[in-house]
Amino acid sequence: MAARGCGGVWCRVLQRGPGGSCSASRPRRAVACNARGGAVPLGQSGLAPWAAVVGLEIHAQITSNSKLFSGSQVQFAAPPNSLVSFFDASLPGTLPVLNRRCVEATVMTGLALNCTINKKSLFDRKHYFYADLPAGYQITQQRVPIAVNGSLSYSLCKDNKMSQMVTKTVRIKQIQLEQDSGKSLHDDARSQTLIDLNRAGVGLMEVVMEPDMCCGEEAAAAVRELQLILQTLGSSQAIMAEGQLRVDANISVHHPGEPYGVRTEVKNINSIRFLAKAVDYEIQRQIKELENGGTVLNETRAFDSKLGCTVPMRDKEGKQDYRFMPEPNLPPLILYDAKSLPANVNHQQVVNIDWIHERLPDLPSVKRAKLVELYGILPEHSFTLVNEDGLMDFFEDVVKQTQMKPKKVIGWILSDLLSHLKQHSLTAKESPISSFLLADLLNLLENGDISSSAAKQGITAIHLKFSMWDSSSFQVFEELWKGEGKTPLEIVKEKQLELIQDQEELEQICQAVIDEREKEVMAIKGGNEKVINKLIGLVRKATRGRANPLLVKQILEKKLSE
Amino acid sequence: YRRGQPLGELDGIPIAVKDNFNTAGIETTCASNMLKGYISPYNATVVQKLLDGGAVLLGKTNLDEFAMGSGSTDGVFGPVRNPWSYSRQYKEKIVPRSDSEPENSNWVITGGSSGGSAAAVSAFTCFAALGSDTGGSTRNPAAHCGVVGLKPTYGLISRHGLIPLVNSMDVPGILTRCVDDAAVVLGSLAGHDPKDSTTVQDIFQPFALPSLTDVSKLSIGIPKEYHAPGLSSEILAVWSKAADLFKNAGAKVVEVSLPHTHYSIVCYHVLCTAEVASNMARFDGLEYGHRSDMNKSTESMYAATRREGFSDVVRGRILSGNYFLLKQNYEDYFVKAQKVRRLIANDFVKVFGSGVDILLTPTTLSDAVPYVEFIKEDNRTRSTQDDILTQAANMAGLPAVNVPTALSGRGLPIGLQFIGRSFQEKQLLTVAKWFEKQVQFPMIHYLSYICEAAFFHPQRACKVSGSLKN
Repeated sequence: MAARGCGGVWCRVLQRGPGGSCSASRPRRAVACNARGGAVPLGQSGLAPWAAVVGLEIHAQITSNSKLFSGSQVQFAAPPNSLVSFFDASLPGTLPVLNRRCVEATVMTGLALNCTINKKSLFDRKHYFYADLPAGYQITQQRVPIAVNGSLSYSLCKDNKMSQMVTKTVRIKQIQLEQDSGKSLHDDARSQTLIDLNRAGVGLMEVVMEPDMCCGEEAAAAVRELQLILQTLGSSQAIMAEGQLRVDANISVHHPGEPYGVRTEVKNINSIRFLAKAVDYEIQRQIKELENGGTVLNETRAFDSKLGCTVPMRDKEGKQDYRFMPEPNLPPLILYDAKSLPANVNHQQVVNIDWIHERLPDLPSVKRAKLVELYGILPEHSFTLVNEDGLMDFFEDVVKQTQMKPKKVIGWILSDLLSHLKQHSLTAKESPISSFLLADLLNLLENGDISSSAAKQGITAIHLKFSMWDSSSFQVFEELWKGEGKTPLEIVKEKQLELIQDQEELEQICQAVIDEREKEVMAIKGGNEKVINKLIGLVRKATRGRANPLLVKQILEKKLSE
Repeated sequence: YRRGQPLGELDGIPIAVKDNFNTAGIETTCASNMLKGYISPYNATVVQKLLDGGAVLLGKTNLDEFAMGSGSTDGVFGPVRNPWSYSRQYKEKIVPRSDSEPENSNWVITGGSSGGSAAAVSAFTCFAALGSDTGGSTRNPAAHCGVVGLKPTYGLISRHGLIPLVNSMDVPGILTRCVDDAAVVLGSLAGHDPKDSTTVQDIFQPFALPSLTDVSKLSIGIPKEYHAPGLSSEILAVWSKAADLFKNAGAKVVEVSLPHTHYSIVCYHVLCTAEVASNMARFDGLEYGHRSDMNKSTESMYAATRREGFSDVVRGRILSGNYFLLKQNYEDYFVKAQKVRRLIANDFVKVFGSGVDILLTPTTLSDAVPYVEFIKEDNRTRSTQDDILTQAANMAGLPAVNVPTALSGRGLPIGLQFIGRSFQEKQLLTVAKWFEKQVQFPMIHYLSYICEAAFFHPQRACKVSGSLKN
């Protein structure tokens, strides 16, 4: 366990109070992280320290061709009620038949989350009447789920500084298989409810995380890590916007050393960013409620992303008794390992845990470590590469196709490509610049055909950025971004972006700049050598970035010392 | 047909199917307002197997609503009349209670809940019929109607398409006029069904029954607990005679004990109602079946739909089942009942482990009672009494068969039950066949004018809604 993670890492967001419109008038409150092993008070004068306790219930839709108990296809945004079998519509006499793929995906996920896999698990019926639950019950695993007692390590940065990452661990209570419900569309104008059963019966993994988190940022980081793991395994696409990953947060506050406070459950959170906001808002709301002498109700609240706050959910009022009962139509789910696997068994009929274990792909944490080791990049860069969808593959493709060192390539990927992608809300896979073209560009740069301060060793990030905006390679980059199908070399030729190799021509331009800038020249001669950077900039501007800055500096220094 | 080859052993054989099995394109009602007019889009696996084997579906048969009953008197289409009510054997023996009573007030019930299927076979309208058996629903009417009623081992025959009563006890039942026929039908129905995960994977080999000549190697168990309160002396006598028959033929006949038998009914009541509450939850008027006009809110529509769609009997079971499943009651009722069920099943394991091959018991406490008598008690009391001898086999999932044995003093059929080891249907039916041959149960004889009445009675003993296969 990461001792430093427990040692007193404060959640920045909490100390500032929640963001969003609801928090504008809220005073800051001191909240200590509830790191297991003892919460530490913030020690701000006058205020009792509060500790927040956050647990998560995460539903991940299993990536599978067919539903959990029927042969209907699974597909997002299909025409309403086009993917509904007799079983999904709960026609009388239909029976569930367990989808092996869903079991395997859940076992895989359980193993990746360090769970104990139950060799025998059971299915139960959970009863409630709702229009999008055709059978009047959901088949789930209430008593004995497939996987139990796991853990998930995740990292987040302290004070929002990439260089100060801390690793924390959240315990996984269990992972259970269950059916998704259909969707209700309430038409208030005509006071009717329309039902779409396409989603009814799709396989879900419910991952229950123990209340080991203490703020929105931690919850968000844990969910992001889980999301990456699911995507790496292929057990779920885990796209929150499409509802493939749904997060409910259980939140309470208390004074460290005292029993946990009354908790609320926050639902309706549809992005990781909103998760952090919703959790932090709810913590502050509870603290304010308690400090004002009020009480926290054990209720279900919904996050309103527009208002940035949580509101009570009306339709979940009143105590539900789900009247759990064993599902009589499904025998116990028996899983095998190499030892317990009976001889002469048809391998299509059984799920072998060891077999799945051996075939687990590299998990995100392993991928990051490998990136650091293989390419000599910084751990925080490995985080960005792995956490941004498809960026790691892109990076590795570029590295393969260029002579440029990976350490230099990472700068291009993280500061240029990624910022452009983010600006246009694109993933690396959707990048208009293919890894091939970027590699091409970097090769031109590496061969000295075009300029870039990136070529310069030991340059700071800010300089790097400055030089990019100014450099011809960046212009090529911009051209490439337009995606007109030109190669970097063609663009370079077309725009006359090649480096000016002619020493004489460069010297003339440098001389012209020196002649124009008497003041700066005086300053340099007076001992302020830094001003030379300004002259270099002017030369580069005059050449539209086609000058090698190292060469320009040499020429200027020579001329100024004459 | 064109090749001149039969589709299967049942090619051309007329059959009837209890109206809780789904039949594609033909109304499937469960004798409930909830499903009146409901046309299923698919065939139950057993129905499909019968049709594939060339059987001709003559019709769907009446039952107690959702198979909840032991008289076939509690369905929305009215009660089923026992064909033996119109037999010469019965008519000749009854004494009219008073002159003022109408002639047909003496007709007796079929038992249930598969009464329509038992009546259909008994009345010679078909060779075989499908019933379902959850607590005795196939064996009980078989006994009252003088036909063979087989409840196979749980998991041997697919339940896919059978509208459930209690999933963990339901088994499709087979009603025929002789044991050999039951074996033939079993052969065409049994086997793993990928659509029912509770069917066993083992391949089932259809069998023809040997004619047993030597029973001396057999050990027949007589469970003393089946000497239940209310067992008529007539039935007791038939039972004893049957035991003697085996003894005299050289079989070993031993008294055995199944000590948890008396807990069976109360245990069944908890497990049955709990599953009923769960299984009936799907009838909300949204996807299929009856929907109330009430449209104030979704909840009020649910409530009205279920009030209008279900009878008092069904609603009563739903109510008690939900009570047993409440969080505060679950341990005290449901979990306890499950433990008792295990004890009951273990009783059988012990007895069969002690070397007993087959158990011989009565099927019912008495012969069929007149309808007017039957309805004096409510459904729950009746079910409690009538399932008492058949129910334990469902708890344990064992195969059991009713074999018509003798006529009562009133000229009505009396049947005895054989209970066998799990998946030992062949042994069970072989013994049943030997017994059937010994007892020579009489054929039903109709008075000619009565015969017509039985077939064309407006109350329809057999609800015919099927069409002939072309």
